[in-house]
Amino acid sequence: MADTANTPNVTATTDSEAAGVVDTSTAGGRFNRFDNPWLNPKLIWGVSILLFIIVMGMIGQFIWNTDLVFTGSTPLKLPPVGFENLRGQGGVGDYPMGTDGAGRDLMALLIVGTPNTLMIGAIASLIGMSTGIFLGFSAGFIGGRTDDVIRILSDVMITIPPLLILVVFQSAFGDVSLIMMSVLIAGFMWQSPTRLIRAQVLSMRESGYVKMAQLSGASTMHIMFGEMMPNLVPYLFGSFIANVTTAIVTAVGLEVLGLGPQRIPTLGRVIYDAINSGALIQNLWWWWGLPTALLAIMFIALLLVNLGLDEVSNPRLRKV
Amino acid sequence: MSGSSGGGIPKEYVINRLITFVITVWIAATLIWIIPRLSPVDPAEVMLGRMASGGAFVEGSDQILAQLRERFGLNEPLWMQYLLYLRSILTFDFGLSAASFPTPVAALIWQALPWTLGLMLLSVIITFIIGNALGAFMVWERTPKVWKVVIPSMMIFTAIPPILSGLLLLYLFSIKMRQWTGNEFFFPLTGSYGLNVEPGWTLEFAQSVAYHGTLPALSIILVTFGFWTLGMRGLMITVQGEDYVNLAKAKGLKPRYILYKYMVRNAILPQVTAFALKIGLLVSGQILVERIFSYNGMGKLLYDAILDQDFSVIQGVSFIIILMTAASVFIVDLIYPLIDPRIRQSTEKAA
Repeated sequence: MADTANTPNVTATTDSEAAGVVDTSTAGGRFNRFDNPWLNPKLIWGVSILLFIIVMGMIGQFIWNTDLVFTGSTPLKLPPVGFENLRGQGGVGDYPMGTDGAGRDLMALLIVGTPNTLMIGAIASLIGMSTGIFLGFSAGFIGGRTDDVIRILSDVMITIPPLLILVVFQSAFGDVSLIMMSVLIAGFMWQSPTRLIRAQVLSMRESGYVKMAQLSGASTMHIMFGEMMPNLVPYLFGSFIANVTTAIVTAVGLEVLGLGPQRIPTLGRVIYDAINSGALIQNLWWWWGLPTALLAIMFIALLLVNLGLDEVSNPRLRKV
Repeated sequence: MSGSSGGGIPKEYVINRLITFVITVWIAATLIWIIPRLSPVDPAEVMLGRMASGGAFVEGSDQILAQLRERFGLNEPLWMQYLLYLRSILTFDFGLSAASFPTPVAALIWQALPWTLGLMLLSVIITFIIGNALGAFMVWERTPKVWKVVIPSMMIFTAIPPILSGLLLLYLFSIKMRQWTGNEFFFPLTGSYGLNVEPGWTLEFAQSVAYHGTLPALSIILVTFGFWTLGMRGLMITVQGEDYVNLAKAKGLKPRYILYKYMVRNAILPQVTAFALKIGLLVSGQILVERIFSYNGMGKLLYDAILDQDFSVIQGVSFIIILMTAASVFIVDLIYPLIDPRIRQSTEKAA
């Protein structure tokens, strides 16, 4: 398995940047070498959408009555404002996004559920990332037996679909908390950062500036985190965002199977309730549709951030 | 490609891959064994409790409990339990299902497996071809301008997991379309073949399977091809700047010939290895899609087992799917040196 699957190494791409400039600068000079690569439109759009969702979640907690997430606190199956349900009832201003089959306000569910879902992704990814940085640097820098063990272990763990082990876990343990769920998912989030960082460290170890630092007597710690780490920042961000996506997909998957936290609203849980109550056939599209749409927007924003970060770390991608 | 020197794949490489495969299966099996033991509650009791609360009286509950206790092993020393478990799981003996007692779990799995395998092979192959082709055309300088706008905008789908696309397609094509157009023309809501056809090697059955399989396959293809497209794009951009491509152009070779023989052929290699990284997610995605479409595969079996708290089935299904995943990665690893001679050379050098 080639470790550098989709990530040509840093030094190679910056060296050959000059060659790429000549032939394919079709973007009408939108990017020239003096532009700040961090300010590319994909990154800006992605980050803004994500921030918007987070801020809305935070503000919503204060201005909206979140007690409406409890079963039976609203009339059943009301459509969003401006629509009619099969019984001919119109939407009510009190519940602008409609209500579900168990008498919960969808607006409140989304306001409470979205931060929970994002939090699972962020925590799982953070833990996975830190583990990955540690293991990747150890493997690449120490080498030998340590490297072999870490490499084989990450090769092995990357093959095992997280969803299945987690299904086994949760059906044995029953209810779990949000944090517990994040930690469990994090157990499957360290492999790809480990592989990525290991590959980068291996290629950087031979580069001039690291050799220079070694000759001038810098400590291993300083070389790893002072010299190499700054070069890895775009990769680390990219890997982090990719992991957030994977973690959320896994969490939503578990929730849609009816596992995960049982009493805390999450977007996946809302979808699970909707499917299980036959919302599809009863034409209660807002019940499953709104959380689905919100998740889709979230994933698109994460993808945009990831593509933007790719452009930062791989200058060749900017020109096409 | 100077002939396949000395009969193809070097031995150390195969042994190396084989060891990884065995370790993967072993770790997965061990995890599945350890996890229920770490649980503060007795899964057997929990399971029966849930079943009893659902149906008041559980037929043959003593038998089930005894069977479960034997599986979770309470009479033997721990290491012995572990060895027994490994033996039984390697012979595909997962005990009896509690929900449909006394059907062996293995029988349930063998029924569901062909559906999952079929759907997966089909969608993975289609996705791989479409995804890589689009990725290559995104970079190729002779691609019509229209496509250079259309393809990137299709990337939006990449972000969405198959479960959400499945929900949307199901709603649009099975429910909404039926309402709008009148009747029965559009895709079915559930199942992997019609209730009125007899399973067998008949045209009628094949049609029914295709008809029921289209939406699930489509919802997977629609959202996964982008992964390959994006990867291929990056690789093609790297390849595009290489000297041998410039030389080929200077030689005046046909652009199409350069695209296929020089650029795609080199760029596609890391994509094959990327498969190993992606397969875990693909499998999970498909399981959830099967659940949405009530497709008679492993996903539905797993979901039903979760609902019934049928732990032996959950164990069995998880193990088989992980085994399948590891096996396909192993196979891809074996095919890889055949298409990339550099692997052969580098391992030969190392030896």
